[in-house]
Parts: sequence; structure tokens; C-alpha cells
Amino acid sequence: MLTLRGIHKRFADTVALAGVDLDIAGGETVVLIGPSGCGKSTLLRLMIGLITPDSGSVHFDGQPLQPSNILALRRRMGYVIQSGGLFPHLTARANVALQARFVGLEDDPIERRIDELLELTHLPQDILERYPVQLSGGQRQRVSLMRALMLDPDVLLLDEPLGALDPMIRADLQRDLRAIFRRLGKTVVLVTHDLAEARYFSQRLVLLNAGRIVQQGSYHQLLQSPDDDFVGRFVSAQRQEEAL
Amino acid sequence: MRRRRCGGLPRPALVAMRVLLLPLMSLWALPCAADEAPPRSQQDRTQQDRTQQGRTPQERTLQVGSKKFTESVILGELISHLLADNGFEAAHRQELGGTRLLWNALLAGEIDIYAEYTGTLRQEIFADLELDDAADLAAALAAEGIGTTGPLGFNNTYALGMDEDFAHSIGVRKISDLRRYPDLVFGFNNEFLDRGDGWPSLSAHYGLPQKNIRGLDHDLAYPALVSGAIRATDLYSTDAEIAFYGLRTLEDDLGHFPDYQALILYRQDLPAKAVSALRALEGQIDDAAMVAMNARAKLDRVAESQVAADFLRQTLQVEVEVQVESRWQRLARHTREHLMLVGLSLLAALLLAIPCGVLAAKLPRLGQVLLAGVGILQTIPSLALLVFMIPFFGIGAPPALVALFLYSLLPIVRNTHAGLHGIAPEIRESAAALGLSPWVRLRRVELPLASRSILAGIKTSAVINIGTATLGALVGAGGYGQPILTGIRLDDVGLILEGAVPAALLALLVQGLFEVAEKVVVPKGLRL
Repeated sequence: MLTLRGIHKRFADTVALAGVDLDIAGGETVVLIGPSGCGKSTLLRLMIGLITPDSGSVHFDGQPLQPSNILALRRRMGYVIQSGGLFPHLTARANVALQARFVGLEDDPIERRIDELLELTHLPQDILERYPVQLSGGQRQRVSLMRALMLDPDVLLLDEPLGALDPMIRADLQRDLRAIFRRLGKTVVLVTHDLAEARYFSQRLVLLNAGRIVQQGSYHQLLQSPDDDFVGRFVSAQRQEEAL
Repeated sequence: MRRRRCGGLPRPALVAMRVLLLPLMSLWALPCAADEAPPRSQQDRTQQDRTQQGRTPQERTLQVGSKKFTESVILGELISHLLADNGFEAAHRQELGGTRLLWNALLAGEIDIYAEYTGTLRQEIFADLELDDAADLAAALAAEGIGTTGPLGFNNTYALGMDEDFAHSIGVRKISDLRRYPDLVFGFNNEFLDRGDGWPSLSAHYGLPQKNIRGLDHDLAYPALVSGAIRATDLYSTDAEIAFYGLRTLEDDLGHFPDYQALILYRQDLPAKAVSALRALEGQIDDAAMVAMNARAKLDRVAESQVAADFLRQTLQVEVEVQVESRWQRLARHTREHLMLVGLSLLAALLLAIPCGVLAAKLPRLGQVLLAGVGILQTIPSLALLVFMIPFFGIGAPPALVALFLYSLLPIVRNTHAGLHGIAPEIRESAAALGLSPWVRLRRVELPLASRSILAGIKTSAVINIGTATLGALVGAGGYGQPILTGIRLDDVGLILEGAVPAALLALLVQGLFEVAEKVVVPKGLRL
């Protein structure tokens, strides 16, 4: 579904990605993990064409991402960020429906889709008339997920979707998210810095450091046979944190 | 330009206002002096307008101009009344400015007629020509396409004035009589003391022996004359105060002061019937009559229109209907003019400035150029900007509209740019990630998010505009500046307030309206 080849990306003086190759198959859930600044969010933003690589290529479903097809391809991907990224001047309903209205969907199918998504994300109907500032952090992320899923995209890209939430709300949403991923069977790419969260969502973790992929595999593979010194330190640091 | 004094009683507020206004007024000569002849384009435009409308001067409204001092306004009213009496449509564009402005407007055909002084023509307009007599002057005017009537009778030149009773008691009628009284104390305006044609040459010309000369302001000179602290002062020979303080003007028997005979200038395409109507005034207004009219207008606060009509009835047996506006009619007219100036210029500014602000936000390099450009416009003093527009847009509303338009750009461009620039990157990226086109992102997401800032920019422009538009009166655009200008001319605080108070109220009202508009324009989600 997503194929990245030889990706290099610099921002001014800093190297964000230094030669990344990655294949993500349809229906697969992949977690990009690593310390902050390792390039995992940059990789996600490359996949949806918010930034373009200095060299290398990104293919979506066999097509290279280009200015000519980027708007259409983006509508086949859903994108959720840490803060939700909801438009503050629109109600939750208008946020969710904006994309569908832009592509010319009628009111009826939009309403039916919103009802499905409410059920999927466990949100009550009355939340829809509220503005983003009137929603809790967890509700915002659920509305943001509804917005991402509105046009039933093939791929869901999530950048630290649980990063800004309280532990209890976080646990609830984590559970719901995994259920939703399983139920929809979509291709999911999720970025996190939390190893426990990564392990909870997926068998395929992609560990990045300093703009390169250092190891891919399940949590157990990373734990038991780290490819290099960094992987070992990263895993044990996180385990130590959990133990505390 | 011949400097006019604002006479009358000293009032601190008025003195302060004069101090503020004088340097502004002196800007007058600047752009006009730069190009002696009116710009080509302007003449062409005017000609075009005429042919396009297919109207000859006979059918259209004749435009009468006047300078911004009372005597000129009264003369303008006399001319307008006479034209109306002869079946012409005449509009009097009062208090347009100084000599250069009126002269250029006459050449450009923006006005058809105004009253001028021979001394001003010789020494200012045709300063580089040596014009000996009336025939030379008429020929020089004709070469510019301008006709002139004969002198109207009075001579508004420098004169020496004394208290009538005192002058009578010592028998002084002429300036040369003063030679007999070497101990008299004189008080002169500082300008008159310094000017080449002032006291130094006057005393030399007449051989005046007086040594006790004081420099003092005119507002103080008149009371000083009455109290006897000084015995003679300089004045203009038709000043209203001559009547008010009961002064005697001494005859310039050795002909020292240059002639400032009033006459009427008109464009040569003026209908012959109109010219003969104007000629009826030749030789009809002597010094005393002009002093009396100035005093009625300036000291008794009788409308110039009424003063002129009374004179015509008494002297030429011409009956004219005087339509003196009531205070409320006048206020309504000024309000309409002011709203037109502010509204049109602001609307035009909106149409240009918002797209410019968007461009500036989208294309940072171009944005820097745009912001710097409108920023520079803002640094031009408003009065200077207004005056710079005259060569391009003539007089009346157009130059004021353009100046106000240019002034309104910066706050709107800057706030549009800032509003868009201030949108959080994750919001912008979220909109992009939804696959919305740039136009939809701008219209549905970015502009609504920037709406509060954009509206604040428009509000700033509107409020500044309302204040700045009062300067429009200086180029004949009317509005609340008109009563302020007239009030300063007549030393009439009430009239000044008639412009200043509504302008302030309008600014407050507009500020309030924008607060209401914010509730409508700014999306609810941003106001929670």
C-alpha cells in the first residue's frame, strides 16, 4: 500500500531522514517508534505529502505522490495528530463533514456516515454541536478520528494520537482504537515514542534513530535480539520506566 | 502666496490651532510650485470629460472658486449670485486653498471663475514677467486662456491704521502726515517689520522719523491702538477689524504699497452673457464697502451668502434668493459627504488590501515587498499625501478619496497577513491533509480563522479614515472638515465643534458597529 524508497530529508541544518526504505502492506498495522527527533513524524508527513523528500520516492497504492494527484490521494488517507488538529471555528459536526462536503456528498449520506462513526468512536450524538474548545482531550481525538475516517480511507496515519491525554482517558482510547483498527482492517501507521503503546497496537514495530531505521520486528524481537547497542538501550530504558 | 492673517479676538484654543495649521498650510505651494503649468494629463482629462458629456459651458454648472479667507468667500458668493441672477447654474466651491491651487484649478478647467488680486498676479503668478500696466496683465492672462474683468474697486493692500479719534485730533489723513509726529509709538507685526516692502522701505520712502517701533501680534495690536499704547499699526486695507475698532487707514499718498486691486478671472470659454454679468461688479466695491462686508461676515457672523446678497440688492438693485442652510441641513450634508469619502475609500481599500494580505502571507518574499510598500505610504503625512494627489486628480472628492484609500491599505494588509500567518501550523496541515484544495482551505479554514484580525484591521482603517477625511475639506471634498475650516477662518468655535464633534461621534459609532460586526463575522467557535 505504501512504499518508501531511499528517502532523504533535511530541514535547514538538521538531517531529519537519512536513507529510509519502508514497505507497508495493505491491512497492516505498523508502529513507527523512536526517541524524539528521530524522524518518525517526518516520515508520516511524507506519506501524506505534507512535505516532499529531498531525494527518494513515496508510492501510494502503486502511484508516486505528485502535485497533480496529491489532493486525490490524501482523500484516501486519514490523518490524526496529537492535538487533534480540529478547526476551532467549526463545530464537531462541521469538522467531520467538511471533507465530504468538499467532494460534493449530499446531506443524507453524510448524516448516515456520521452516525456510523459516532457508534464506532463511542461518542454521544450531542457532542456534534459543540466547538473544539468545548470538548475534552479524549473527545477531541475521537472527533478527529471521525474526521479522518469520513471518506472511508484506505490508510489511517496517526501521529502520537494519545500523547496529550490523561492516563485513564488514554487507556480507554487506546483500547477503543485497537478495536477500531481490528474491526476496520485498514492499513494503519501509528507514530509513538512509547514502547508499551507500540507493543499494544502492533506486531511490527519500526524503530528509528537519527533519521534511519535501526530495527524492525515485534516487541519480543527488539527485546531479545537487539540489532545494535541503541536498540538495547532504548528498550531497557522504556522497561525501566514501566517498572517504576 | 499672500499670507492672510486670521483676525479677531485672541483665544488660546484658536491660537494653538493656528500654530498647528500654519505649517500644514504652507505645504500648499509645494506640489503646485513644482509644476507651474497644470499637468498635461489633467487638462486632457478635463477636455475629454467635456466632450464626452457633450456639454458646452452654457449648459453645465459654472464652478466658482474661492480661497480660504473670508473676503474671497464673499467675492465668490457675489459672483455666484450674479450668475444665478442671469440664469446660469453656479456652484461655489468655497475655501479651496491658496493662490496656486485656485490658479491651477482655473487653468485645468476644474473651476471657471474666481476673484484674484493684481498684486498677487504680478508678484506671484507672473513673477518672472515684468508686467507694467493693466494691458500687460490682461495680455499675460489671455496667453493662458484666461480673461479678466476690470478692477472691482477696492485695493486690499498693506496700509497703516490709526485710531480714528486720535488721528482726527492730530489731523493725520495721509502717511506723509506722520512726518510731523516723530514721537509716535508704532506697533507692527514681525513679518511687516522684516519684509523688504514693509517698514524698512516704507520709512525710507516717506522719510518717517519714528524710532519707537514695537513688534507685536495683530491680535494684540488692535486693543493696543484703542488704548493708546501704540498709535499706528500695519493692516490690510479691507480688514474687518477696521470697522470693528473704528480705525482710520492712512492714504498711501506717495504710492509705496503695491496695488492689490481685486478683479475676477474667468476661463475664456465662459459664455459672453456670464462675462457681462460679472462686469456689473466693476468699480462697484470700494474699500469701505469691502470692509463692511468683511466685518458683517467675520465679526457679526452673518452668512457670506447673505452678506453678498444684501450688497447686490443695495448697490446693483439685484434681488437674489439666499438659501441659507439650517444647521441641521448643513450637518446632514457634511455627514453625507463624510460618509461618502470614508465609505468609498474604505471599500476600495478592502477590495485591494485583503487579497494583498493573502498574497503576502502565501508568498513571503512578495509579502515583504508589499508590507514595506504600504508601510511607506503610511509614513507620508496625511496632508502631504492629500496635496500630492491634486496634480493627478484635481480638486474635490477624487484626490481625497485616493489619499484616504492609500491610507487605509496598511492596517488591512498587515492584519490580514498577521491573521493568516498566526494560524497554528498543525491546523494548516490538518486542512491540507484532508485533501482540500488551496482555495477551499483559504476560504473555509484560513480566512475564518483570521477573521478577527482582519476585522480589527478594517476597524483601525475606518476609524483613522474618519479623522483623516476631515482634511479632505482642504481640497474641496467637503465633509466634517468644512465647518472646521470655516470655523478657523471665522474664529468661530461653535462652527469648529460642528465638524469636530460629529467626526468624533462617527468614529465612536463606527467602533461600536465593528464590535457588533465581530459577533456576526467572527465564527462562534473563536469567541467561546
